[in-house]
Amino acid sequence: MSARTARLLTTPALLLLATTAPAGEIPTAERRSGYELMGRETRAMQDDDTANPGMLGVLEGEAAWARKTGAAGRACADCHGDARASMKGVAARYPAFDAALKRPVDLEQRINVCRTDRQQAPALAYESRELLALTAFVARQSRGVPIDIAVDARTQPFLDAGRATFYRRQGQLHLACNQCHDENWGKRLAGNPIPQAHPTGYPVYRLEWQSLGSLQRRLRGCLTGIRAEPYEYGAPELVDLELFLMWRARGMSIESPAVRP
Amino acid sequence: MANALVNVPPRARRGEIIEIKTLISHPMETGYRRSQLGATIPRDIIRLFVCTYNGTEVFRAELHPAIAANPFIVFSTVATESGTLAFQWTGDNGFSATESAAITVD
Amino acid sequence: MDLDTSRRAFLQAAAAGLGIAVIRVAPATATPAAMDEAVRKVVGASKVSKGRVTLELPPLSENGNTVPLTVSVESPMTQAEHVRAIHIFTELNPQPDVVSFRLGPRAGRARVSTRIRLANTQTVTAIGELSDGSFWSTSAAVVVTLAACLEDA
Repeated sequence: MSARTARLLTTPALLLLATTAPAGEIPTAERRSGYELMGRETRAMQDDDTANPGMLGVLEGEAAWARKTGAAGRACADCHGDARASMKGVAARYPAFDAALKRPVDLEQRINVCRTDRQQAPALAYESRELLALTAFVARQSRGVPIDIAVDARTQPFLDAGRATFYRRQGQLHLACNQCHDENWGKRLAGNPIPQAHPTGYPVYRLEWQSLGSLQRRLRGCLTGIRAEPYEYGAPELVDLELFLMWRARGMSIESPAVRP
Repeated sequence: MANALVNVPPRARRGEIIEIKTLISHPMETGYRRSQLGATIPRDIIRLFVCTYNGTEVFRAELHPAIAANPFIVFSTVATESGTLAFQWTGDNGFSATESAAITVD
Repeated sequence: MDLDTSRRAFLQAAAAGLGIAVIRVAPATATPAAMDEAVRKVVGASKVSKGRVTLELPPLSENGNTVPLTVSVESPMTQAEHVRAIHIFTELNPQPDVVSFRLGPRAGRARVSTRIRLANTQTVTAIGELSDGSFWSTSAAVVVTLAACLEDA
């Protein structure tokens, strides 16, 4: 790409002028977590569990894990015991197929399935403090575990739907995810480096949010950014996209709870 | 629902300077933000953080809205004797949170 | 947190492309004069000398909501000679005071870290107050970048 074209591509409005480049997946050897694009100080915030603000959520989740709740009067711990053992690797393989719902569900949805079915408690609202805390606690148990999404006859159609969303131009800015995240990662958008968009650290403590947030929140933020109508929380389109993004990040390690700008 | 993470070394030598890290969950609402309807969201911050060592104050921080959400403060103190380090955060709307940690000093 | 600066409003309008901008009211920002007044409240009529204080701030901050800061003052931290307090100020935030740390000989070391908010690219000033009544200061400039795509809550 010429230097001139690269400059034209550095603002979203002008990305309209970009020719549709072939859908080039990032080669495995070139995959980088957003962690590597952050400044030294932000990385230090993530690295230290005694300084990582996401750990406040993990602590809350740890308390929630042990708390009996719902009409069944059960705590997560009553069935799952010590999360360090029972939840290790779980976040690395979500979204996963749910046989009863006949489609993949993400970790937040899986936690709610447990709440409603096993604890007979009401489902926790998306982005609620408690759901983020529980998800952060569960995801923390998979830190360092390589992402491993099962692809089989059941999940394939949903993976394909997610992939189609990733490559589809959307919104008033008529942009597809791959145009920034496959083809222009590392370049700067309004001063900030564009990451490859691997969801290795969710729920993430995003400095912009000043709180933990889910991958769905981030995706809705991106959709708003390209001036597309964001899908509702829990929408199948979002979960399919989550599935595709996690599959795209296969082999990369979970970092949860990550810190991002 | 205050939630704090405090890191104090469990043991130290007498006279050793120890580093204490504190992190507390709080939005630190500045009072400068506006809601979607244009109304100012009132200020709601932690204003004071105090650390006492066996009852004696050894560190204090007076916070303003420019301290980031989920205030993180790292400071040091001399390990003088075994006992308890107590931490208290107070702020707007009657906010109050406490945390403590034991230390053994040989 | 939405730090309502005109720059943010501009970036939003640019990102919106078709001019569907959310008009945000910019709050009164402090001025260097307001900062001087805030400093005067702390130091009174005393002179403030440059030196002895070190400010560690990233020269480029990825998000003004959370900027890690470490401040230290050279001092033996004895009963006879120690740092009484460290005060942090900004010149372009809506208000100039950031935080005041009260130390003393029991601190062992005059070194404190925290995370601050910066509304704009600006200079941060740290003032160390010593037990002999003297004041020392240093400043550091930080370039603050904003998130590229802003969320409509």
